[in-house]
Amino acid sequence: MSTELTGAEITVRCLQKEGVDYIFGYPGGAVLFIYDELFKQDKVKHVLVRHEQAAVHAADGYARSSNKIGVALVTSGPGVTNAVTGIATAYMDSIPLVIISGQVPTHAIGLDAFQEVDTVGITRPCVKHNFLVKNIDELAATIKKAFYIASTGRPGPVLVDIPKDVSQQKAEFIYPNSVTMRSYNPVTRGHAGQIRKAVQLILEAKRPMIYTGGGVILSDAAERLTELVQMLGFPCTNTLMGLGGYPATDKQFVGMLGMHGTYEANMAMQHCDVLIAVGARFDDRVIGNPKHFFNEDRKIIHIDIDPSSISKRVKVDVPIVGNVTDVLDELIKQLKARKEKPEQTALDAWWTQIDAWRARNCLKYDRSSTVTKPQWVIEKLYEVTEGNAFITSDVGQHQMWAAQFYKFDLPRRWINSGGLGTMGFGLPAAMGVQFANRENVVACITGEASIQMCIQELSTCKQYNLPLKIINLNNRYMGMVRQWQEFFHGNRYAESYMDALPNFVKLAESYGHVGMKIERPEDVEGALKEAFQLKERLVFMDFITDQTENVFPMVPGGKGLSEMILV
Amino acid sequence: MENEAGALSRVAGLFSSRGYNIESLTVAATEDPTLSRMTLVTAGSDDVIEQITKQLNKLIDVVKVVDLSDGEHIERELMLIKVRALGKDREEIKRMADIFRGRIIDVTDKSYTIELTGTGSKLDAFLEAVERSSILETVRTGASGIGRGERILKV
Ligand SMILES: Cc1ncc(C[n+]2csc(CCOP(=O)(O)OP(=O)(O)O)c2C)c(N)n1
Repeated sequence: MSTELTGAEITVRCLQKEGVDYIFGYPGGAVLFIYDELFKQDKVKHVLVRHEQAAVHAADGYARSSNKIGVALVTSGPGVTNAVTGIATAYMDSIPLVIISGQVPTHAIGLDAFQEVDTVGITRPCVKHNFLVKNIDELAATIKKAFYIASTGRPGPVLVDIPKDVSQQKAEFIYPNSVTMRSYNPVTRGHAGQIRKAVQLILEAKRPMIYTGGGVILSDAAERLTELVQMLGFPCTNTLMGLGGYPATDKQFVGMLGMHGTYEANMAMQHCDVLIAVGARFDDRVIGNPKHFFNEDRKIIHIDIDPSSISKRVKVDVPIVGNVTDVLDELIKQLKARKEKPEQTALDAWWTQIDAWRARNCLKYDRSSTVTKPQWVIEKLYEVTEGNAFITSDVGQHQMWAAQFYKFDLPRRWINSGGLGTMGFGLPAAMGVQFANRENVVACITGEASIQMCIQELSTCKQYNLPLKIINLNNRYMGMVRQWQEFFHGNRYAESYMDALPNFVKLAESYGHVGMKIERPEDVEGALKEAFQLKERLVFMDFITDQTENVFPMVPGGKGLSEMILV
Repeated sequence: MENEAGALSRVAGLFSSRGYNIESLTVAATEDPTLSRMTLVTAGSDDVIEQITKQLNKLIDVVKVVDLSDGEHIERELMLIKVRALGKDREEIKRMADIFRGRIIDVTDKSYTIELTGTGSKLDAFLEAVERSSILETVRTGASGIGRGERILKV
């Protein structure tokens, strides 16, 4: 007699088969059977968050920092709607997640039952795919597909909605070893002929530029990229999502590009004659106004796994669809097989130009200031952690300073919400990072506005003893909003002031953590050292920073890359 | 595409969320009941059509996308039209239906219901030809398309 399992048991068994070690979630009526099964085993460890948004962000941080699939579990109705921000955040940054949601029983669907929402409908525009499992016989195969779809091709979140009665019914458990889908066959290898064309362009380049994004991180191609860049001697820039794809301390790295990118990166991007775009998508925060971008003539090679990312915002000359790692492998191989090299004198002249742009020292700030400059805090953080920490961030000025001043030499160390720009991401994402990297130092760089969007997670951190270090750059403003109002709205600071802030030290203490308030620049380094020595404790560091500091350089919205506002 | 619940809403949702317009859309199961075939008529520059094609291909339920207008193809739409048919107009309407190779499929002493198939522009031409005030009701299916000759879309 074949033994039959309940839908809930099947769900948990599938997670075990997928090797899931942590699942981030929050219980409720529709998922009680699944929770019951989680309770009965200990392979899949459940992490109880304090809000479903945080469950998804934590799964997301786990995935970003580990190249594994993040898994979250939420109940129907409000559980799902709370999770949507997290799902959309992961979708915009192509993060592989599987979200399991409870649903009202199949017979109640469509009747406005208690805690019913159209989960598949609500999440459809912000998932790679989603499923409503109405038939217990399809449950195991559907979960298998969900893991497969989430992690292959251009990754993304996949949601599986399981009605309560399905989690209760019984079926034989058969977990498929592999998945084949006639409608989904992501390409991996790039077209060899296209790669040959790319090689030709690279060899003829006089002012080359290599521009790389999140695709390099997602496909674990940082080593290949580094090999290619060093072999060619070309300048390399990373997007906000691509930081760590190329070592930031290397001399060929010209910094991040885009709205708050360096002068040299943006100028080189604008004035290059051959642009090699790798796993990046030319988005509006990166190339500014596309019309202005095309004032200069250049040839573009674009490597991306998603054909729809190619020629979406800019027309490219050599599109190469494929997994970044595989394509770079082939590109390196073909380049090595060729006797010619790019013309060295032209390349030298190009570097002379780039170094002249570099000499503008576009990230300079007042180091002798008697009020604490936020950039100073990040620089000291970099020194104290020896550049080895996993850094998550929220959204705003602090995020940009973190990206500019913490030099990431390794991939998957910089964890931020680039596409959706979700305030509240930093703390729960840091929890996920810490679960995936138990021995590593994890810090969350945040602002006093952002941190309050998921502050409740300090309680989760206590429950699981997560020794995170929270670096709160407290400028008493929604700094990024205030900066735009200063530049573009006649200094009218409409609702960007953070009045009635909590006492963060006491707040941290009330959650059972250590709180520190640091006001003077000369105290920054010592405080950081002290905090990072508390290896077992979460330390909330409230840095009182310059209220009116702005992020420079800045390409104003709608402007071109070479139209930066500089300090 | 897969004949799955929700597949149609994924396509429709893609068009509305990305701001593409749908002129018409027809869909039904094929001879293979696990697959359905959709003909979608849209308009846009070459770049937009390229994006639409890529975005559609990205939908997990979509098995294959072809742009029929890339080659020779045939396009047909069905229209049912109810017109007032009184006195001497009765004869005139019948004659018009004949010219357009329409068929009268329902008759009352005051009206005819005509079935007409053809390209969208043929149906438009019929509507132009009939006295506006005598049109009581129309319903159109939107175009279905198929490649000419040996051109076959099959999975
Ligand atoms: C959920 C959400 N709401 C609103 C915004 C718009 N927004 C972007 S930055 C910002 C201010 C952030 O302030 P803070 O966290 O204090 O960081 P700072 O800019 O001062 O460093 C706001 C409101 C957002 N990105 N996310």
